[in-house]
Amino acid sequence: MKARLTARDLTLAYGDRVVSTQIDLDIPDGAFTAIVGPNACGKSTLLKALVRLLTPATGAVRLDGRDLAAHRPKAFAREVGFLPQGLVAPENITVRRLVARGRYPHQSLLSTWSPDDERAVDEAMAAAGVTELAGRQVEELSGGQRQRVWIAMVLAQRTPYLLLDEPTTFLDITHQYGLLALFARLRDEGRTVVAVLHDINQACRFADHLVAMKDGRVVAEGTPADIVDAALMRRVFDLPSIVMPNPAIGAPMVVPTA
Amino acid sequence: MTGDAPPVAIRAGRFSALVERRTVAVSLALLGVALLLAFVGLSHGSTWSTPPEVFAALTGRGDSAVVILQWRLPRVAAALVFGAALGLAGAIFQNLTRNALGSPDVIGLDAGAYTGALVAIAVLNGTSAQLATGSVLGGLLAAAAIYLLSLDSGLSGLRLVVTGIAVNAILTALNSWIVLRAELDVAIAATGWNAGSLNGVDWDELHLPFAVIGMLALALVALSNAMHQAALGDQLAVTSGVGLNRLRLLLVLVGVGCTATVTAVAGPIVFIALAAPQIGRRLARAAGVTLLPAALTGAVLLLCADLVAQMLLAPVALPVGVVTTAIGGCYLIWLLIREVKRR
Repeated sequence: MKARLTARDLTLAYGDRVVSTQIDLDIPDGAFTAIVGPNACGKSTLLKALVRLLTPATGAVRLDGRDLAAHRPKAFAREVGFLPQGLVAPENITVRRLVARGRYPHQSLLSTWSPDDERAVDEAMAAAGVTELAGRQVEELSGGQRQRVWIAMVLAQRTPYLLLDEPTTFLDITHQYGLLALFARLRDEGRTVVAVLHDINQACRFADHLVAMKDGRVVAEGTPADIVDAALMRRVFDLPSIVMPNPAIGAPMVVPTA
Repeated sequence: MTGDAPPVAIRAGRFSALVERRTVAVSLALLGVALLLAFVGLSHGSTWSTPPEVFAALTGRGDSAVVILQWRLPRVAAALVFGAALGLAGAIFQNLTRNALGSPDVIGLDAGAYTGALVAIAVLNGTSAQLATGSVLGGLLAAAAIYLLSLDSGLSGLRLVVTGIAVNAILTALNSWIVLRAELDVAIAATGWNAGSLNGVDWDELHLPFAVIGMLALALVALSNAMHQAALGDQLAVTSGVGLNRLRLLLVLVGVGCTATVTAVAGPIVFIALAAPQIGRRLARAAGVTLLPAALTGAVLLLCADLVAQMLLAPVALPVGVVTTAIGGCYLIWLLIREVKRR
């Protein structure tokens, strides 16, 4: 398993408050990795460390063997795209303008709307299914539409890596599956996708690689078929359950019995 | 609104940009209004000049050339350039704080710049270089104080604005104290100027400030893309490649530079920086607080206020700051009520 993006012996903290310790992680190239775990287990914090939003207290996150801090901001942003939670759009912005903001790391002082930018924005809007919203104000959209616009923005960044913090929140189930299928398609095109997901069954269904976290540590890592069983569910989520093969696709399926 | 025509792509060689039609139209209209007001400003005096006289003077001919070119033109030019500089400073700080109330005059940067200038007069001789340096240092110190006091809540949000309002109150009191304690001649010099005034401004005072504002505006053009990107929030700004700390430092320097340069010459002219970016934004219906409409609106507002200041109690010319305070005060109350209601 090859991995350009690696984390070694991380301690993650906000000031004095330590959130995570002893994290060692390789993000497999060209795979869809899902990070799962209960609320406040350090999933989002780990993602922040992977996209240089949080400097580790100890240890290092590296891309191509170089510490993230050693990468130039724009060059790194052409490699790794990130979608955080709880975004607020600038006032009065149209969908197309917002998606175009994803092109920032590819632009220079003089060139802010090259043919490449235009193509990337059009393709990203098509992929996220927001083409017909192009001229609308982001403020007028529903929560689900808005989320897809943000996804289009990070797609327009055209990065080999795509990291997303709970991207399916606010979406109805149709759009949740649509989005996960989109990530799988991007993975098939050669991109590396890392997403924090809440729904363990969706993670099992779509991810190649699962990282299960609890209390700030990685407790299990591997393919869903290898690691997901009733014991893991009890250990990570404190949830009694039966795990059986999904009748549609064969991946593990968790049926809570609580 | 969804009725606006889609933006136009402009490309030439390596240059490319996406331009909103409405922003262009609004900017041209504002420019037209500014030129019209400038013409009125050149015509107005103890006796009105006719349009042919003004045109003749502008080409260096006619009897009133000296009056128009040496007395009226510097004042009109100062109103345009200073208004634009204040509009830009307001746009910068409203972007930085992501709040319509976060403008340099509200959060005490004008007052801080004025404190610096007062110290330069009261302690040193008060040459124009000392005034300018004192203003910039005072503005920067006020900015640093606000930053340190609101460090917990980060650089954005209403808390920073409230901290700034408190700093503004303290500095205003400090300014009054300095004037009261100063020698009589210093106090008279300071009072004539503490409301913000363009009365009696001449070309010699304007060369340096115009050059400084020009350079700051150029620097701002170079920073503007990053500034608008930062409006997406800290996280997306960083992960899309904005060097956020460096950007903020540079923006504060440019914003304080604009405010302090104006304050050093004309005293603290408040409310232009507060109102111009928001009026410009509403006119242009652009995304976020854009620079060009803010600058042009600032120029129009200050020129307009200065004309009112000259005409209201003619032949006595009021300080323009009195007029901007009167208009802006009403606007500030409306804005405060709206901000509080939103929460």
